[in-house]
Amino acid sequence: MQRARLAPFFMTLILFFEQLLNGVQLGVMLFLMAAGLTLVLGIMNLVNLAHGSLYMVGAYLTIAAAQWTGSYWLGVLLGLAGALVVGMIVEVVTLRALYARDHLDQVLATFGLILFFNELVAMIWGRASLYSSLPAWLQGHVELLPGSIYPVYRLVIIAVGLAVAALLWYVVTRTRLGMLIRAGASNRTMVAALGVNIRLLYTVVFGFGAALAGLAGLMAGPIYSVQPGMGELILIQVFVVIVIGGIGSIRGALVGALIVGIVDTLGRAFLKPLLGSVISPPAAEAAGPALASMLIYLLMAVVLAVRPAGLFPARG
Amino acid sequence: MLSRRLVLWSVFVVLLLALPPVVVALGQPFYIDLVRRIMIFAIAAVSLNLILGYGGMVSFGHAAYLGIGAYAAGILAFYGLASGWLHFGAAIAASALVALAIGSVSIRTSGVYFIMITLAFTQMLYYLGISLALFGGDDGMRLKTRSRFPLLDLGDSLHFYYLVLVLLVAAVYLTHRIVSSRFGMVLRAAKSNEARSRAIGFSPYAYRLLAFTIAGAMGGLAGALLANHTNYLTPDFMHWTRSGEIMFMVILGGMGTAAGPVAGAFALLFVEELLARWTEHWQVILGPLLILSVIFFKRGLAGMFYKPDA
Repeated sequence: MQRARLAPFFMTLILFFEQLLNGVQLGVMLFLMAAGLTLVLGIMNLVNLAHGSLYMVGAYLTIAAAQWTGSYWLGVLLGLAGALVVGMIVEVVTLRALYARDHLDQVLATFGLILFFNELVAMIWGRASLYSSLPAWLQGHVELLPGSIYPVYRLVIIAVGLAVAALLWYVVTRTRLGMLIRAGASNRTMVAALGVNIRLLYTVVFGFGAALAGLAGLMAGPIYSVQPGMGELILIQVFVVIVIGGIGSIRGALVGALIVGIVDTLGRAFLKPLLGSVISPPAAEAAGPALASMLIYLLMAVVLAVRPAGLFPARG
Repeated sequence: MLSRRLVLWSVFVVLLLALPPVVVALGQPFYIDLVRRIMIFAIAAVSLNLILGYGGMVSFGHAAYLGIGAYAAGILAFYGLASGWLHFGAAIAASALVALAIGSVSIRTSGVYFIMITLAFTQMLYYLGISLALFGGDDGMRLKTRSRFPLLDLGDSLHFYYLVLVLLVAAVYLTHRIVSSRFGMVLRAAKSNEARSRAIGFSPYAYRLLAFTIAGAMGGLAGALLANHTNYLTPDFMHWTRSGEIMFMVILGGMGTAAGPVAGAFALLFVEELLARWTEHWQVILGPLLILSVIFFKRGLAGMFYKPDA
């Protein structure tokens, strides 16, 4: 008797747990994107809309390289290296000319980059979605809780994301490069005056951010569809992350990314049934998905109304 | 100086007035549609210029108002209401209201935050449009009836063309009057030196919000026109690349000038049209062109004729 009555409750709990993990998984992907974007914004004061293009480049190059070499891991390696190289080329060829410009010019020029990359990818690989395959051991499921199985791959994404977060923390707070990055963020001119090659630092930081975006893109390949324009779908969510977290702050990027990932995922999963218990089911059927897709933007508006510089404003 | 501008404007308007009979005589009536579409985007660009060029607010979400205006007209038509006054009135009122709401939150922020938040709000409206299953969702819907006006038939290519021309001239004139009024002076002062304008005793917030709302309303008018032009409306009207395009028209033409956004709309959309005729992959050429023009062509097209006002 007791058990039977409690069963639906446990089902909901397990579903909630799974969706929470999905939210964390989306969150760490957003973090990989946000970390690079917020560093570039904080240190070089550059608004780079084309960050999403590097994510796309990472996804496509990985698929192409995996097909070409026949090895998933070689594909991953070449995809990462490709995103890094493409990022550094973009920095040297176009973005350097824009550091001294205002944000408006940067937005427009990087908008031009997006048009270029999206169309270039469409020319090479076509406009239809590509799907990438995974090695067998990444395709399985594990039983996390009794009665709940969860894809291994998503757990791997979470692990990789958290490892990158730890690595970033180490690099930024414990190494010489990190010291220069932090110094560059608070006073560029002074760092240059002290004899640091700021141009090289910028290219390195940008390439590093591009590789992180490429990593996010190549991990996104097997779960989301790989198509031209995929970068902008995630880019705008990443903007929300950065606005919530505070520009230039890695910690803010991590917290903001997890909040956005979890809120968005849980909203899509549970808002409709929740609304259905308050208003009529047909009305909830219509309003639920609409509200769920607007949720993170509403969250952003609330955060900005309370803390206009985000949750963790960077110092300086 | 002023008279020279007036002459240039008169020449421009006369050319546009004369265009339909000329292209019909040349057997190319297609250009009436093209120029009409360009003029509709020019209205949107003129309205963005009010806040971007004169107010210094880098709004990356101006396509939102195109969408709101189009949906206002489209939804009324969907429920069988055909009056053009109603369509256009609702488009203007609804987009002014949305601009007021978005502006009241966004204008508290500045710099990069402002760019991102206006983009994010527009994206939110884009998703809202996609989730409106009743009105076609992702695919959008046909405009059930075009907006009806006494004596005017928007189904008639020429009627519609001249209506858009009149509205474009009105939008340019209205913006000119706003910018040179006392209100416009405060707006421009807050752009060039916010601290100083505060010290004199003006709080820029209310002025900016009003300008943002007016710009939204004008954008909504352009949206209602665009829905009538394509006879169709989709969430794509609010796509963020559309916002980028409108912004680019203003910059390419020369922001903070009366003629800039109009010149920019004509230049950008003509180039797009030419490239699109030449190759399917025109964006791969347009992208680098945009980058080059940002890097090397700082003052815009209008800068070739006269200095910016501010």
